[in-house]
This record gives sequence, structure tokens and C-alpha cells, in this order.
Amino acid sequence: MGNAIAISGLHKAFGRVKALDGLDLQVPAGEVHGFLGPNGAGKSTTIRVLLGLLRADAGEVRLLGGDPWRDAASLHHRLAYVPGDVNLWPNLSGGEVIDLLGRLRGGLDQKRREELVERFDLDPRKKGRTYSKGNRQKVAIVAALASTVDLLLLDEPTSGLDPLMEATFQEVIQEERAQGRTVLLSSHILAEVEALCDKVSIIRNGRTVESGTLAELRHLTRTSIAAELCGPPNGLAKLSDVHDLKVEGNRVRFDVETRSLEDALRQMTQIGVRSLESRPPTLEELFLRHYADELEAGK
Amino acid sequence: MTGTLNGTGPLIRLALRRDRIILPIWIVLLSLIPVATISSYDQFYPTAASRAGLVASAAANPSFALLYGPAFNLGTAGGFIAWRMGGFLALLTGLMAIFTLTRHTRAEEDTGRAELLASTVVGRYAPLTAALAVTGGASVLIGVLQAITLASKVPVAGSVALGASTALAGLVFTGVAAVAVQLGEYSRTANGIGTAVLGVAFLLRGAGDSTTDAHWLSWISPLGWAQQIRPFAEERWWVLILPVATTLVLFVVAYVLLPRRDVGVGLLPPRLGPSEAAPSLRSPFSLAWRLQRGPLLGWLVGLAVGGALFGTIAQGISGLVGGTEQSRQIFERLGGSHGLVDAFLATMVSLFAMLASLYGVQATLRMRTEETAIRLEPLLATRVGRLRWAASHLVFAFLGSALLVLVGGVLLGLSNGLRSGDVGGSVGNMVAAVAVQVPAAWVIVAVAALIFGLLPKLATAAWGVAALALLISMFGPVVNAPQVLLDVSPFQHPPKVPGEVFTALPLVVLLAVSAVVLAAGLAGWRRRDVG
Repeated sequence: MGNAIAISGLHKAFGRVKALDGLDLQVPAGEVHGFLGPNGAGKSTTIRVLLGLLRADAGEVRLLGGDPWRDAASLHHRLAYVPGDVNLWPNLSGGEVIDLLGRLRGGLDQKRREELVERFDLDPRKKGRTYSKGNRQKVAIVAALASTVDLLLLDEPTSGLDPLMEATFQEVIQEERAQGRTVLLSSHILAEVEALCDKVSIIRNGRTVESGTLAELRHLTRTSIAAELCGPPNGLAKLSDVHDLKVEGNRVRFDVETRSLEDALRQMTQIGVRSLESRPPTLEELFLRHYADELEAGK
Repeated sequence: MTGTLNGTGPLIRLALRRDRIILPIWIVLLSLIPVATISSYDQFYPTAASRAGLVASAAANPSFALLYGPAFNLGTAGGFIAWRMGGFLALLTGLMAIFTLTRHTRAEEDTGRAELLASTVVGRYAPLTAALAVTGGASVLIGVLQAITLASKVPVAGSVALGASTALAGLVFTGVAAVAVQLGEYSRTANGIGTAVLGVAFLLRGAGDSTTDAHWLSWISPLGWAQQIRPFAEERWWVLILPVATTLVLFVVAYVLLPRRDVGVGLLPPRLGPSEAAPSLRSPFSLAWRLQRGPLLGWLVGLAVGGALFGTIAQGISGLVGGTEQSRQIFERLGGSHGLVDAFLATMVSLFAMLASLYGVQATLRMRTEETAIRLEPLLATRVGRLRWAASHLVFAFLGSALLVLVGGVLLGLSNGLRSGDVGGSVGNMVAAVAVQVPAAWVIVAVAALIFGLLPKLATAAWGVAALALLISMFGPVVNAPQVLLDVSPFQHPPKVPGEVFTALPLVVLLAVSAVVLAAGLAGWRRRDVG
């Protein structure tokens, strides 16, 4: 299968502010892809380029085999979009908005619509203005998911949802994945990304800094080790990839670059191991590491 | 009570900072118009005889009284200005007050910015108090500047009275808007209520002043009070009590209503809507209809009433042959040529076209509202193309403005025809007049579309363009403005039908200009970023 989204070297500037600075992103069809980055990294700008709302300054962008700027209207038949900030027409009810957007996209599945309204516990009779932020978000989610499409572009779709609805959202996305839909999920909720995504891309300052499966990304980072050895932990400090080593008698705590994990273990087994605890890096740590770099770079 | 007013000072400064361009423009325009036009009086009416003629014609012509109000003293420059400008100054100052007050109260709640402020130590009454201070202050400043600038050329007492009449009209409508923002749920509703009250006040005054048996009608209109103060005609200072008392009552009502509603909600409770959309709600056009129908209907009612009213009094003009050549010239400059009734009718249709162009600008700028309120993005993420979406709104801007002129013109012809006994001929004439005036209005609408397409951040400048064209056509001829300036306004170009000979060339040019400007706007819209 080909790529649902293929972006290479995408540039977009607003006046003198560079929003995207050579961004790359590949999302094969059928994949749920996490799109991570701090505020202002360029996630929403990327999605708005994919929607044909913004015109790319430079770079290659292919969406479902077409050009998102030129073929916008015909491509939009095959995708649905949930914005992170939803504003509804004050004089239209939520149900009217769901139906209108579905019809404009080219039809919606009536049964699916009812089911989603039920599961998200949404009152579709309320007028746009009277919804809370979370409920406006639900209107957009139901409107997007009630249509049968190939690609879902979700820009922080769960901002404002309560934990119960967040869980419902994850269930629904799992079902979509099982149906073979492609999903680009921009999110700040890393647990959500870990639960849903096959692959993630981390962007920063308009550029992709990491992309791959979670396993691959973990490989690029450090594993935390806590162990009790039979003797004093000599030699560990000499290993180049060991960081933050703390020694208390025979007990050690350290982080090791995942590529040197084997060396560290060999060293420890030579001394003798009584107990061992190892923890792979969480997505939070991956993310924070890139983010921390940026903070340092900014100084 | 001090706690509930906490933060009023900083809020006033915030409002002044946000309005640092628009408010000075209003103030300078409204306070300098009277002194700037005063020289035209000596120019047009240099002799005692010509002034006597003006007095005679104004007294005999109800349409003058309807448009400008009663003439109390046309023998002096001050009296002339008070008659010719006083009513419009009160009207425009009222409009300024309504827009300014809503912008700083209800519009802030609409956007959620008010909540952000309410969560700080700002007191409950502070935002309303700050808005009243800024809006009321602007009205008073306009009046004071008018009085000061006029006093150097005409009697002081009259200058003060004219300034006071303008300022108090502004204060009354500040109060009207302050109550309106408590009632309606959105700034749009509040603006609608406020301008509707203003329109009714104008119609009441016009009807009361142009008839003898229902003169009391002008006494229930705040715009009528502004003129009954009689600046430069043995000022009746006691009349000032009426607007002062009304203002105080309205302010009190606003303060009483305010704590009875929640922030962001009106007193009229929101209702539930349908849980599913009607089958007809399935295209950008049907959505645009939902969004545009309210204002269109309001404008239609206004122009229909105006057309019927003006048509009824048109025949009153035929009894009058201008007593002086000068006054007739002035009137011809304003509208048409031979046959005062025809000229009057042609002027009315031209006025309708100007009003319709304002509606067209409003309908066009709705696109920008949809865009900045991020309601457009989800629509363009469906199969709806940019041009199709823009067309769904521009249909209202162009055909809606044409419909407005048509309805106003047909009712004008109908009610005039009923008086003259020739309904068919009169309506037919008016349809022709409508046909020649609509292209002029379309030029303004097209310019609004151009600004939306090319310079979206400056979208509100479209109002400035429309206002400029209107000011040039309404006041340019009165002040003897150079032809080059007059030609800038599209409303100067259509042949004044009925009365003048019909020529197609100006219409072709106006239509071509509209088409080219619109096409450029749409081309820009297709190419630019959304947001």
C-alpha cells in the first residue's frame, strides 16, 4: 500500500515567522500515526496545509495520491477533520452541524451517527453557543467519525474531553484502525498516543526530529537500571554510555544508552547480580528529552 | 459598591487603546461637519431675497421636513446648519454610540474575552461602567467640539444648543444600547435592537414633522427632541430635560438588568434546536441562508416602510415650485433635474441604493466573520470548494442588495402612484430607476469582496469605503465639492431616472467595474491562506 500522506521538505512562513522549516512526514495507508511536538512546533500548520487551507511555500506534499491545494475539494470526499478549537454557529443545533458537515462531505452513516451521539453522551438539540468546550469538541468528533472515509486528520481532538470521554474516544479510534482507516493524530496526551499509535513523529521548530515506531524510538534513548550486585560496582563508571550513576554500597542506579545496554549488563553479571530492575523509557521521557534540548538550545 | 466597580479605570484605558483609530475618526467627522459646511450657506443664499425664498420652499415642502426636520430659522447660517445637518448629526452620533457600546460589552462576552477579565479582580459593574464612560464621553466630546468650533462663526447660544442636542442624542442611544446588550444574546442582536430603535426614531420624527395632524409623533422620538431644542431659533432649553431624563432612566434600567443575567447569556433564554438537520440543510447556500436571512429581512422591512412613507409624500412637492433659483439648484444637485417630483423620487431610489450597498458590505463581511471565528475551516475540510462557499454568501450581498432597492423602489412607486392616480406608470418608472441605481451599489459590494479576497486583515475598511461614497454623494454637492471628488462615488454616475434622459454607458461601465473588481477579489481569495 502507498502512503496516505507524504510530505518532504515542507516550508511555510507567515511573514517573517517560519512555521514549517523543512518538515518531513510519511504516513502509510492503514497506519495510526502520532504527531507530537510542543505548542507552536507546527503541527496545526502542517494539518492545515494538508487540508488545502494554507499554501505551501516549498516542498512536496501528497495527500491520498493527490495535491492537497489543487485537488482540495475532491480529496475532502475521502477525509474527515477534527480541529482542536471548535466554534459552532450560534443559531444551529449540534445535530444540525453534524448532519450539515456530513452531507457536505458526501453523506454520513445514519446508524453510526446515532451510535456515536449515544456513546459520547451528546445532546444534539442544544444550540452552538450553549455547548461547553468539551461538548463542542464532541460535536466535531461525531461529525467526522460518522462518515465513512479513508483518512482522519485529528488535531488535538480530545482537548477538553473528560477522562471517560477520552476512553470512549480511544475505543472508537481502535475500531477505526480495525477498519483499516489511516489516522494522523496530533496530540499532547502521550498516554493516548502510546495506546493508539503504530508510529510517531516528533516535530520541533517546524522540523521532524524523530520518526518511527515506539520501539525504534526507545532504541535511540536510555534505559533506567536499578540493581543490587554481589560486590562493589567497579568498572560501570568507565562505560561511556552510562549516565547519572549513583552508588550506595552494592546498590547502583543509572541510565544507559539503549545501544550499550548489553555492555552494562555484561559488566554487572561479572560482579554478580542479586536483583535487577530495568525500565524502558516512556514516551514522556522521549518527548521531554527533545523538548529539553530545545529549551537548552533556546538559552 | 466600590468592589463591584473595581477595575473600571483600567477597562476605560483598554477601551480607548482598542478604539484609538475608530473613535477619533467618528469624533473628528461628527464635530467638524457643521463648521465645515457653514460657508456654503453664504455661497448659496447671499441675499435676503434668496433666504426668504429658502424659508418659503422649506415651509411648503414636506419632503424637506421628512428628511431634515422642521426649519425654524433659515434666515441665518446657524439656523440653516441646524436644520440641514442637526438631524443627521444626531442620527450618526446615535449610530456611533450603539456600535461603540456593544463593541465593549456584548461583543467582549461573545468572544469570551469578558470571562477572562471577569476572572480577575474586575467588579461586576465595571465593564458596563467603562463602556458607558467611553461611549458617553465620546458623545459629549463631539458636542463640545461642535459648540467650540461653531461659536467662532455663529452665535454662542445656538452653537451650545446644537452641540448639546448632538451630545444628548448620543447619550440617549448609549442608554438604548446599554439596555439592548442586556436583552440580546449576541452583539449582533444588540446592534440590531439598537439600530432598529434608531430607525424607528427617525421614521417617527420624519412622519411627525411632515404632517400637521400627527405632530406629536416627533415628540416621542429622541431625534425629534434634538431639533425641538431649536438651536439658533430662540433656543428652548427646557427641551434638554427630555433626553437627559431618558438617558438616566435607560442607564438605571441597564444597571438593574445586568445582575439578573449571567455573563455571556441574554435575558431572553436560549431554546433547544432540532436534534437532526432538516433535509434542506445540505449545501453551503442553505447554511448561508440560515446565517444571512435575519439581517436581510430586517433591511427589507426597513426599506419597504421607507419606500411606502416617502412615496406618500412625494406628490406634496409638486405644489411647490422652488421660490428661488438657488434652492432649486441645491435640490437638483442632490438628485435630479426637471420635475421636482421626479427628481425627488430619483433621489429616494439613489438613497435606497446607498443603504442597500451598506447591507451588501455587511453581507460580504459575514465571510470574514465566519473565517476569523474558525467556523469556515471545518466547512472547507469537506467537499465544499472556496469559490462555491464564497458564492453562497455573495449571492446575498449582490442579489440581496438589488432586492432591497427593488422593494424600496416599488413601494415608493406604488404609494406615490396611489396619490397621483397613475399606479402603473409610477411603478414602472421606479423599476427603471431601480435598474439604473443597482449597479452603483454593486460597485461598493464588489470593493468589499476585493478587500476580503486580497487584504482580509483590513476587511472592516470596506465600511470606510462605503461611508466615503455615501458622504461624498450626500454632502459633496451641498458643500460644492470639486467634480473630481464627486466622481469617486459610484452613486454620482447613474442617470437620474425618472426625469433625466436614460443613457446606458454609465451603467455598462459600473457593471464592468463591479465584475472586474469582484473577479480580482475572488482570484485573491482562491490563492490566499485561510485564517
